[in-house]
Amino acid sequence: MFPILSKEDLAPTVSKFLIKAPLVAKKRKAGNFVIIRLMEEGERIPLTIVDSNPAEGTITLIVQAIGKTTKQLCSMKAGDSILDIVGPLGNPTPIENHGAVACVGGGVGTAELYPIAKALKDAGNRVYSIVGGRTKELAILEAEMTECSDKVFVTTDDGSYGTKGIVTDPLRQLLTDPQIGIKAVYAIGPLPMMRAVANLTKEFGVHTLVSLNAIMVDGTGMCGGCRVTIDGKMKFACVDGPEFDAHQVDFDELILRNRSYLDFEKISVEQFAAQQAAAREVSR
Amino acid sequence: MTVLNPLKPSERMKIARQESIEQPALDRVQNFTEVSFGVDEERAMIEATRCLECKNAVCVEGCPVGIDIRGFIQLILQKDYAGAVNKIREANYLPAICGRVCPQEEQCEVVCTLGKKHMPVAIGKLERFVADYELAHNLFVAPVITNKRPEKVAIVGSGPAGLTCAAELAKMGYQVTIFEALHAVGGVLRYGIPEFRLPRQILDIEMDRIKQLGVEIQTNFLVGRTATIDEFFNEWGFSAVFLGTGAGTPNFMGIPGEGLTGVYSANEFLTRVNLMGANKFPRNDTPIRMGTNVAVIGGGNTAMDAVRTSKRLGAKRALLIYRRSRQEMPARQEEIHHAEQEGIELLLLTNPTRIIGDENHFVMGIECQRMELGEPDDSGRRRPVAVKGSEFVIPVQIVIEAIGQQPNPIIQSTTPGLKTGKRGVVDTNDKQGTSRPGIFAGGDLARGGATVILAMRDGKTAAASIHDYIQSQKNVPEQVEAKVS
Repeated sequence: MFPILSKEDLAPTVSKFLIKAPLVAKKRKAGNFVIIRLMEEGERIPLTIVDSNPAEGTITLIVQAIGKTTKQLCSMKAGDSILDIVGPLGNPTPIENHGAVACVGGGVGTAELYPIAKALKDAGNRVYSIVGGRTKELAILEAEMTECSDKVFVTTDDGSYGTKGIVTDPLRQLLTDPQIGIKAVYAIGPLPMMRAVANLTKEFGVHTLVSLNAIMVDGTGMCGGCRVTIDGKMKFACVDGPEFDAHQVDFDELILRNRSYLDFEKISVEQFAAQQAAAREVSR
Repeated sequence: MTVLNPLKPSERMKIARQESIEQPALDRVQNFTEVSFGVDEERAMIEATRCLECKNAVCVEGCPVGIDIRGFIQLILQKDYAGAVNKIREANYLPAICGRVCPQEEQCEVVCTLGKKHMPVAIGKLERFVADYELAHNLFVAPVITNKRPEKVAIVGSGPAGLTCAAELAKMGYQVTIFEALHAVGGVLRYGIPEFRLPRQILDIEMDRIKQLGVEIQTNFLVGRTATIDEFFNEWGFSAVFLGTGAGTPNFMGIPGEGLTGVYSANEFLTRVNLMGANKFPRNDTPIRMGTNVAVIGGGNTAMDAVRTSKRLGAKRALLIYRRSRQEMPARQEEIHHAEQEGIELLLLTNPTRIIGDENHFVMGIECQRMELGEPDDSGRRRPVAVKGSEFVIPVQIVIEAIGQQPNPIIQSTTPGLKTGKRGVVDTNDKQGTSRPGIFAGGDLARGGATVILAMRDGKTAAASIHDYIQSQKNVPEQVEAKVS
């Protein structure tokens, strides 16, 4: 069992958890993820580790309540425990000093991007960050990103905060400015966002890494459910990734693959909502 | 001993081989309950009297772990069933599992003297009978380990190789910890073999008995990531490591359409059901996609497990597509027989060429071509050759590829100096030693794909080698000291 030490709501559907997981904390590097399972009947889902404290034996996860398991996790509180956590999984992000880099985060993807931006800053890069979200509430971690960036741009789809628009708008500005000289781009967010970033940076020939959130069961290379097509070849996101050269990723296929279980997810989410409602009824 | 069985050999030969009691095929495709109920006491006793009690018990040589088969059958004749299962346990700590999944027809039973002219003794059924009898009558007594040793051994992977190695070392008194990446113990016995061949309860009980030997089990621990083998030696204080991580990485054919929704590796398909309980969705969270028509590609036991599972998940038409003929199928005869009883269609001498999707990226068909057998290949089996222009399409919604696995590369890539051969299979010598002193390996990781019992033999051999290794390491400094003084 892995106790939740604290929980903080960053937005109505986004929560930050501090969890005791000493072995994971000790080995975790930026880019690693864990697989969690909440209960005996639960599913295994991957979540990127946002931060870790080896001395305290803790890891930080930031979770958006979208599917059944993430909704259930976000309904948990400090003092509750997660049944299973295994990790750190996946290959850590290759961190080097490129000179100037752009870090592009969309929605909860910014949480996954933050440790990478921090590591890139520590490695001596000038870091230009773009924090995007559909709404103000979903453009998260601006303060944290500001700490480790030379400049931060915020965009929202609806214009409720920052500049109205999408992350590729400020990214294009950055890429066209020869004085800034962006040499590498790290992008994490929804697949359509990462695809848009990849298409843009390809025009400029700037190396771009994306982190792929494929559907996984074990997360250790056993099931092949997370297979993605990279440069025409089959790779497993869990052991070969999760980060890949954005210009080689078949995003269209992955977007379709990630819809494989939407009908099942709907049933699970509805069932969970009914259970929650029933539980509230009982407690009243 | 003949007193126990007064029948003359000629009389024993006249007795018919006893068959298992089985769930009718039409019933069992509706559930995940075990197909075979084994033999009852009466049938077991009749079967035991068939044994000729040969002086040179060739069956023992046929058993990869050398179970004293004649000895345990003689104990059955004395109605000492607990004694019989303990006799098995001297050589094999997982009798209830081996009695179910071992290919006895290729091992002990194929060499049985009675089998030369008649049907061999049903050794596997007797093994299962005594194990089940012990369980039903609660006769198991955990052995008391008196000679505790201080040295710690790490076992990586909780499949048949690791469990056997752990049990053998624990019996010798070593401090043993098994590290398992998944949340549940058993490796392929848990995620691969379906409940209708190996009930979860049996698995749980056998696992618990390993724990009763004092073996610690750490789940949710992916060796290579959570800690490396070198950290086990340098920081965790382990004296030796056994690698039994199996062959868990699925192969894909590499044909067009494998990215479509509805295409599974057999590993994923079986893991979703066996480990995650996807057959119980939405009570369990993990979903599985099913279709009216399901095609499973492959001819081994994993293919059989997948196709029979799909039938139980509601497939109306469950097809097995295999490129060679029935003779070359690597699956156990019993599994093929059970599959056919359950209405599985075998599409032999057929090879898939592409998977066809609809506008939503879902599988809607599989294109295959007919094959014919040509000259024998390296494996000695006749090579299947495509018949030109024989392509045809079968409408299916689910395609499951069961064309083999290879070792997971994580440990090999994080353990410097560990030599591997083809497809990441770890090089081992006949004592299961690897290129690194103190690291031993066995099972599918060292074989590339074999059986539960061969993995167990490797685990057993490795345990003896680990014992020798640890003892020899202890003696080295003492000898040096003796010379100095």
